[in-house]
Order: sequence, then structure tokens, then C-alpha cells
Amino acid sequence: MIRIDGVSKCYGDTVALDGLSLDIDAGGTTVLIGPSGCGKSTLLRCLLGLVQAERGEICFGGRRLQDHDLLTLRRRIGYVVQQGGLFPHLDARSNVTLVAAWLGWSSERIAARLDELLALTRLPAAAMVRFPAELSGGQQQRVSLMRALMLDPDYLLLDEPLGALDPMIRHDLQIELRDIFGRLGKTVVLVTHDLHEAAWLADRIVLMRAGRVVQQGRLDELIRAPAEPFVEAFIRAQRSPLDSLAEPH
Amino acid sequence: MRWLGALLLLALPVGGPAQTVTIGSKNFTENVILGELLRQLLVDAGMEARHQAALGGTRLVFNALAAGEIDAYVEYSGTLAREIFAAEAPASDTALSELLAARGIVLAGPLGFENNYALGMREPRAAELDIRKISDLRRHPDLVFRFGNEFMERADGWPGLRAAYGLPQTDVQGIDHDLAYRALAAGDADLTDLYTTDAEIEYYGLRSLVDDRQYFPRYAAVLLYRRDLAARQPAAVTALQSILGRLDETTVRRMNAAVKIAGRSEAEVAADFLHGPGRTGLAVPGLWQRVAQRSAEHLLLVAVSLTAAVLIALPLGIVAARRPRLGQFVLGLTGIAQTVPALALLVVMVPLFGIGAGPALVALFLYALLPIVRNTHAGLSGIDPAVRESALALGLPDAYRLRRIELPLALPTILAGIKTAAVINVGGATLGALVGAGGYGQPILAGIRLDDTGLILEGALPAAGLALAVQWAFDAAERRCLPPGLRRRSGARSPGRGTS
Repeated sequence: MIRIDGVSKCYGDTVALDGLSLDIDAGGTTVLIGPSGCGKSTLLRCLLGLVQAERGEICFGGRRLQDHDLLTLRRRIGYVVQQGGLFPHLDARSNVTLVAAWLGWSSERIAARLDELLALTRLPAAAMVRFPAELSGGQQQRVSLMRALMLDPDYLLLDEPLGALDPMIRHDLQIELRDIFGRLGKTVVLVTHDLHEAAWLADRIVLMRAGRVVQQGRLDELIRAPAEPFVEAFIRAQRSPLDSLAEPH
Repeated sequence: MRWLGALLLLALPVGGPAQTVTIGSKNFTENVILGELLRQLLVDAGMEARHQAALGGTRLVFNALAAGEIDAYVEYSGTLAREIFAAEAPASDTALSELLAARGIVLAGPLGFENNYALGMREPRAAELDIRKISDLRRHPDLVFRFGNEFMERADGWPGLRAAYGLPQTDVQGIDHDLAYRALAAGDADLTDLYTTDAEIEYYGLRSLVDDRQYFPRYAAVLLYRRDLAARQPAAVTALQSILGRLDETTVRRMNAAVKIAGRSEAEVAADFLHGPGRTGLAVPGLWQRVAQRSAEHLLLVAVSLTAAVLIALPLGIVAARRPRLGQFVLGLTGIAQTVPALALLVVMVPLFGIGAGPALVALFLYALLPIVRNTHAGLSGIDPAVRESALALGLPDAYRLRRIELPLALPTILAGIKTAAVINVGGATLGALVGAGGYGQPILAGIRLDDTGLILEGALPAAGLALAVQWAFDAAERRCLPPGLRRRSGARSPGRGTS
């Protein structure tokens, strides 16, 4: 499990994280949600050590982040960003296998793992010889997910992984992602600003505002017992106008 | 990056025979002819000899002699007394010899002719204004004076002359001495300084003004050589001394005219004097041979300086991108090197690295740094943050990330920087001829000196051709080195569209 205790981070005068504390249970999917600038992406970067917190502590499995060897820890964490973050000069296969190759995996082992991941993400093998620019947005995110899962990490962090996709593809991928998370049983932390996506994928939703956790729980708990008026307002703002149009008068 | 290896091979140093005697000469025709004469005397006596022709002004050539870059050259007594030893003001030839001896230099004696300073105007203009003596100039404060750069600066040149005669003219500028004659002929200037052995006095129909206050000292041509030459090559000293007393003013003026007006080479004219006309026995290299040799010199200058610059600038650019504070400092420092004018940078390098290829290489190296450092920095800093962060998050070590992800992505920008540096250096290397580094600048400078457009083009055309070839070669290398994933970007679908 991941324990976050009183973590603060400022960018100049802007407070990104304001003494935030949160426990993330092993094996479940936690979704961080909130308006832009609430610190959810910064929190993810702090977990990876990409951003150093000014105060507070982050522990992975009972050990503090700074006591871990950062490179080793990062290889136990898969990370997917919104635009895919694929290396444009490498084909999809090299993107996925780069770290395994550096670690000296045998080609049989790499090939076997690739097959598993292709099956998991439902990508055709032919896509592996293409360069990122030759893949569609959805395919890019699948390759990015394969790259994150290549070393079979304990944790999977996703920062708005579907944010750049158009609605239909996004919908299909949401369904697949839930299926994949369910099958893998890993500790997943996903950042989104879309409440529907959060409700669909999350075991637990963490609603953030201005660098703090406002409320956490399942969506129906947030609806039934909002901790403060902001929770109600946030949920109301995300209700689809389609719902109210479809309701009988 | 295969071409880098090729550059390194080109960069291997070339050595010359150790026993070669090096003659120098100042950057005007007469001195170049005399330098060529000295060289041929040595060759005739069976020795290896080299002539660093038209090295530069008095200071540069004298310092080269004092530093042992050259072994001998012809100087003028007035210049030694008034310019080199202006502070010591030697009263006699003995005093001058002692000052030279203290620097390890022997004054062997006069060659037999004097080449004095004089002021000259075109005959019709002088007649129209009734100017015969230098003191007559005071009546015409609006006259335009164009002096050779050296005359303009020397203590015994314009500053002293103006004080001695109280001359009031204000439109006074320095210009290349050979261009000054043309300015006079074109009516852009009224007066310039002359040497009394100049072939142009007759050619341009100039009136030489009477020095009625005996301001100009006498400039007897004298042979200077390094004392240690007598120990190293006694035969060389004997051969050089054989020229003493053999040249009179008429002979020298004819030799100058043969080069400057008849367009013959200094080597031919010198050979004619030594062996009689037509029996030169001298193989003058053909056009293609000359171009080939200068191309080799020029390419060597560019290749060595560029290779060194790449080896230094690439790591500097990487450091600059990794540490923004330090980066500002590094970029600022290399930027300063760029702001120093090329000519000034070259001359500053001469006392540090001697004459020849050394100072030119250092100056070109410094010039090449900035474009490469800046583009390496820009290429690495310009990588998409999502890509950079993804590479970090994978847990790859720094060096591997740099090699496999960041440098390949920055490569097109880095190559563009190296290309800029290479093209700048091809042009900049032509200035190398000013300090004896050879290359395409040599015929360009000689062409300006001799007013010979053909000779100028002999350097300028290959230089332009080389710049284009370098540009083309780098464009080709850029296309080849570009990672395939980046090549097809233009035809690709934009992310986020299409089917999954």
C-alpha cells in the first residue's frame, strides 16, 4: 500500500499540494478527481519521485520514498500519461521493450511477455512494427499501457490516460480498462476530471480541491453524504444534461 | 554519426621536416618578393626552405622572428628605430644592433636600396592646387587623405607627420595600401602615403611631395635573422648573406612593377633576378595544383576546428540543458567568444599560439562552439515534457536515457547547429591566411594586394563551392541520421483521431 502523509508542494506562489494525507490500499483502483489545478497530477508525480515534495512523507510498502532506490522503485511502477508519452523515434515494440532490453531479458522472455500484453490490450501484433505517429490515439494509449505493464509492476499510475481521445473510443477503452484492472489485481491510481469515468473505474473515488482531499469513498457515498457544499456542486456540474432530458416529466 | 569518425581521421596532425628554414615577409609586394628571394637562395644552396608569405604587419612579423616562428626576413632600418624600438630610440646603427642582439636577432646588413616613405598626389590634382612640398598641404584643410593601415597607426606615420607639419586635414582614414592607390585613381582620395620603390608611382602618374622638414627617416632594407640559425644551419646564414649589397632601388622598383603591373608571380620575379630572365628552372604549380593544395589546407582548418568544437560543445550543451543555471553561464560565455570580431580574435591568438594554423584553429574552434552548444541545449530542452517524463518514470539510468531517448530526439537540431558552425568556419577560415594558415584566403589576399581579380576568384569561388558542398553534405547526413519515426511525421495521422 501507499501512504501519503502531510505532503506539500508549491510552484512559486501557487500551492499544488497543501499538507495532503491519503492511504491508497493495495489491489484496488483509486481514482483521483477534482477540478484542474487541484493537485491530482502533481500528487502522481510525487509518487514517482518526478517531483520532490517540500514537506511530508510518502511510503511504499512501509518504506519511505527517499529510502528506496528511485530507479528500482520506478521499475515497480507503471506510468501512463495523457498523450501516451511514447518515444517518437522508436517503433511500438522498442517503446514497450526498452527497459526489459536494458535489464538484459532474453528475447524469448521478452517475446512471451509481449504476447501476453498484446492479448491483454487487444492490439494486433502488426501494430508493434509501427512508429507512434503511425498509430491512432487509442492504439497509442494501448501501447503506452503495454509499456507500463511490461515489467509486471506492483503499481500502475495513469494520468488522464483517455483525456485526449474522442468520446466513442474513450467509452470503449473505459470498458476495457476496467476489465484489465480487474484481471491484473494491481494497485491502480488513476487521475481524471471526468466523474463518469471515475465512477466506472474506481473502487474508491478521492475528490480533491486546492491541494487537499475533500472527500473519499464510492460515488453513491459522495452523492448521499457530501462532506461539504463543494462536493455537491462538483457532482451537479458533471451531471450530463442528457440525463435530465431523458428523465420523464 | 559515421561522418564524425571521418572528420577525426582528417584531423590527424601533419608534420614537416625539422631542418626546414622558415622565411617570413610583411604583407606588401616588395617584402614578399624579398622573402621569395631569400627562400630561393636557400633552396639553391641545397637546403629545405619555406616562405610564410605576407604574414602581416611589422609587429606581427617581427614578433614571429623573435619567437622563432620564422628564421629570417627583410626589415627596414627606419621601421626598426622608430616603430619597433620607439621607446628605446637608438641613436646609431650600433645601438640598434645591440637592441636586436638582446632579442637573439642578428642585423646582417643592408641589401643596398632604400624604400623611404613619401606622400603622393595625382599629378593633375597637385598642379591644380599648386602643391609641391608637404608644408603646402596646410593651405588645403579639405583634402581627403587615405593612408595604408600601417602608416595610419605607426608612431612614425601619420600621427608624427601631422604633429611635425601641423597638418589640419580631418578626413583622414586608414585603408589597405593597395586600395589607397585605386581610391586616388578613382578620385575618391587626394593623397596617400607611398614607398619610394613603389611601381605605382609611375603607373598612376603620381607626384611625390618634397619632405621639406626632413620628417621621414631613411628606410634602408636590412636582413634580420635569428642568432640560433647560425648554430643550427651555418650554411643558411652564408647563403642569406650573399644577397647583401646586391639590390639597388631601380632593380627593386622593376621587380615590384613586374609583379604588380605585369602580373607575374613573386617567385618568378625573384628567380629571374637570381638566374637571369627566362631561365627560372622553377616549376610554378598549375591552377589545379594550387587549388588542390589550398583545398587541403582549408579543409584541414575546418575539419580540425569543427571536430574539436563538436567534442567540447556537445557535452557543454548537455550540461547546459541539464542544469539551467549553469546553462545560462555556459551559453553566455560561448556567446562572448562569438561577439569578438574574427580579425581581432585571430590577432589576439598570435602571441599565444604563434603564426600559421595554430591561432586560426583556435579562433575557428571558439567560433564553432556557440552554434553547437546552443542547438544541443535547444534540442534537449525542446523535447516534449510528456516524453521526457515517461523516460524518467521508466526507471532508466541517466546515461542510457540520454543515449537512447534524448540525444536521438535532439539530433536534428544538434546537426543543424553543427552545420551552421561548419558553414561559418568555411568562411572564417579564409581569414586564416592573414596569420599564415594558408587556405583559400591566400589567393584572395594576394589578389587584393596585386589588384588581380582572377587571383581573388581563385580563392573566392572554391570557398563558396566548399560552403555549398558542406551545406549539402550536412543536409544529406541530416536526412540519413533522422530517426525513421521522425521522418514520416508529416504524413501521419494526428493522435486522438482515427480508430483504435
